[in-house]
Formats: sequence, C-alpha cells, structure tokens
Amino acid sequence: MDMTTAFSWFSGFQESFEKTFIREDRYKLFIDGILLTLKVSLLAVIIGIIIGFIIALCNLSKHLPLRLIGKVYTDVIRGTPSVTQLMIIYFVIFATVDLEKWIIAAIAFGINSGAYVSEIIRAGIMSIDKGQTEAGRSLGLNGRQTMMKIVIPQALKNIFPALCNEFIVLIKETAIVGYVGLMDIQKASDFVKSATFEAAMPLLATAVIYFVIIKILTICLGLLEKKLRKSDAR
Amino acid sequence: MIRVNNLKKTFGELEVLSGINEHIRKGEVVVVIGPSGSGKSTFLRCLNLLETPTEGEIFIDDEKINDPKVDVNRIRQKMGMVFQHFNLFPHLTILGNITLAPVMLKKMTKQQAHDKALELLAKVGLEDKADAYPAQLSGGQKQRVAIARALAMEPEIMLFDEPTSALDPEMVGEVLDVMKGLANTGMTMVVVTHEMGFAKEVGTRLLFMDQGIVMESGVPKDIFENPQNERTQKFLSKVLK
Repeated sequence: MDMTTAFSWFSGFQESFEKTFIREDRYKLFIDGILLTLKVSLLAVIIGIIIGFIIALCNLSKHLPLRLIGKVYTDVIRGTPSVTQLMIIYFVIFATVDLEKWIIAAIAFGINSGAYVSEIIRAGIMSIDKGQTEAGRSLGLNGRQTMMKIVIPQALKNIFPALCNEFIVLIKETAIVGYVGLMDIQKASDFVKSATFEAAMPLLATAVIYFVIIKILTICLGLLEKKLRKSDAR
Repeated sequence: MIRVNNLKKTFGELEVLSGINEHIRKGEVVVVIGPSGSGKSTFLRCLNLLETPTEGEIFIDDEKINDPKVDVNRIRQKMGMVFQHFNLFPHLTILGNITLAPVMLKKMTKQQAHDKALELLAKVGLEDKADAYPAQLSGGQKQRVAIARALAMEPEIMLFDEPTSALDPEMVGEVLDVMKGLANTGMTMVVVTHEMGFAKEVGTRLLFMDQGIVMESGVPKDIFENPQNERTQKFLSKVLK
C-alpha cells in the first residue's frame, strides 16, 4: 500500500465516521440506544431471575399441579422463537396496558430468560449433595429454611458461570427490540445505515459496542465469582 | 428415653428393617454393629425420621414421633446427628456452621450462639479454626466440628452414623476421643460404628444387627468375649482378628 492509497483509505474512513456519528449528532442515537439496551437488559435479568426461581421451585415441587405449571412454562418458552414471544407480549397481551414500551419489552425478555434460568437453577439445586439437606433437617431446620440457607447459596455458587452466560445471551437477545419499535443499539445503527447509505461503519460500531459492554460485564462478573469462591480456599 | 416397637422399613420390595424392638435409656451409650446391609444405619436414621418408618412405633420421652401430626422439626432439635461424610456446610465458616441452626430456630441470640460455638470448639480442640472454612480442615477436624455443630442445639440424644468410616486411620482417634468425652458427660448416644475398640471401651450396651433385626444385645464385653448367636460369632470372628 503506497502513501496515496493509505491516505485515500484514511480519508474514506474519516468521512464515513463523520457521516455515521458526527453529522446531525447521530452519536446521540447510539448513546440512547446503549442506554435502552442496558435498561431493558437489566430489568429483564431481574425479572428472569425471579421467574427462574419460581419455576425451578415449581419443577422441583412434590405437588403435581406446580410441576405441571413449571413444565408447560419451560416447554412453551423454549419451543417458540423469542421474536415471536416479544411480539405476542407487546402487541397482544400488553396491547391495551398503559406501560412504558421498554418495560413491556423487558418483561417479555424476562419471561423468556426465566425459562432458561429456571433450568439452570434446577440443575444447581440438584447438584447439591443430599447430605447437605439431611444435615440441615437433622438440626431441626424445616425444608424451606434448609433450602434457603443451605442448598440455594451453594447452588448459586455452582451455577454462577452458567447464569453469567445466560445474562450475556440475554443482552445480545435484546437486539430484536427493534421489532416492536424501540430504538436500541442495533436499531440505531439500522437507522443511521438507512440515512447514510453506508453499512460498514454503523454495523461495525454496533458490534464493537456490544462487545465492549459484554467484556466489561464479564470482567465484573469474574471479580464477583472470585469473591463467591472465597470458601473454596484451601 | 427412646422406645422402638416393631419398627419396620422397606424400600420398594426390599425389607431393610424387619421388626426392631428396643428401649434406650437416658445416659446409655448404645453401640450398633453388624455387617453392611444389616440395616443399622437405616435404624439410626429412622430414630430422627430422616427415614420414615413403614411400620411400627418410635417413642421419644413417651411421645410417639412417627405420627403425621407430630412436628418433626421440633423432635429433631432434641437429637443431634453426626454423619459419615460430615456434611458440613461448605459455604459457611466453622462458626457459621455451628451457629446457623441455633440462631435460625431462635434458640439463642447471635451473641449467645457465638459464645456457645467457641465454647464447643474449645471442647473439641478447634477454637483456632472458628473463622476457617470446612475445605481448609482435615477429615478428623471436620468431624469434630460436625459434633460441635450438633451439640450447639443442646440435644438430649446424639446419633452417630459411622462417624469414623470416612476418615484416614490416623484421624480416627481424635474423633473417638471427642465421643468418649461426650459419653463421660452422660449424654445418651446411639453409635453405629465399626470401631470395636470404642464399642468395648465406651459402649454401655451393644446391639448386633443382621438381616434387619437385632440378633443379639448386651454388655459389649460379654458379647465380644462370649457371643451367643451364631451370626454374631461369625461376624466377630471376621472383624476381631
């Protein structure tokens, strides 16, 4: 590559950067998109954990109706595409409910994630040795106390990597909120792409933004896991 | 203190306990021996209802405990249990292991439980391990903590389910010493074990179980020296070499 081609490549890059981010303050679209993605993801993770716990306990219950609810829930959610679920929840179930759009989307993602989280939690609870429950019960704790104080804390530690994985998948999954008219990172880049007729810069920027968000999250979760593993020290 | 009438337990088709009748008095140290599969662990686990008896009755202080109306958790608070595999809670410190139940069941305040835990740890010789985690302890130390944990609930009866079977040989002694000390305080104990020396020295009564029933029962010394039942003779000739 001689100097002239390098220069023309650089000036081309500069121009598309200017078009994609600077002109008409388009960077603001990306920033709003990032905020929306984070907002939706965070609320969805919380909803997903709550639903996941409830469904996991249903699945492990000794009462048949509860087990049935758990099974149907997991089956239906896992058996249908998340875009379809999002659109059904947004345009059908919450069609007449007066809630902010992003909250409805977060509920949809939370409901979806809950099914996967519940399976992770169920596996975690089952991975704890029966002797732990017996030790708890032999001390006089009841079933619920044993579950909350002895089994679940250990299960959470074991499933932490799997849960992190699920959260990461969830963040990326929110890239479909454009289907219900919300402007997240992905939608912002689509919008810019159709305004500038240039695909490479906005799409690459989108990829980089997701990557950075998830990298930061991974580092934070890694630190948290280290803290959780404190009791493994020998 | 404990009265067992015609206790039977089946797992599916398999009858593990085929009618046990026993009366364990306050302050007794009853040692249960027998070949594996004889039902001795199941018998012990029935006493605190970790296994639900299929048939028969168990009375503790004249209260029938295998009755659906009885609050199992209240009964279990009277009985401490020590397991073969310790079953310490790995996510809690030693102190956390010991104080969890007394505090949660509102038997003691946090401070009381804390003081009690340190006192018990001193008794089992592990006061310096209070803030360690179970993974940092040896097998013998873990089992001593497990005994302290059970004692923290101030039980009237202590059940031991092969407490030294999972230990390296050099650690068996330290656990047996703690149990010996406990027996000397007058604690009512039921001990399933393969430690014949302990049975002879500490046991006030020996039960030999086989095929789901108590084949022979009596003073340990007598049984060891002069077993009456043919199966007892056979078993002892194999283990006392």
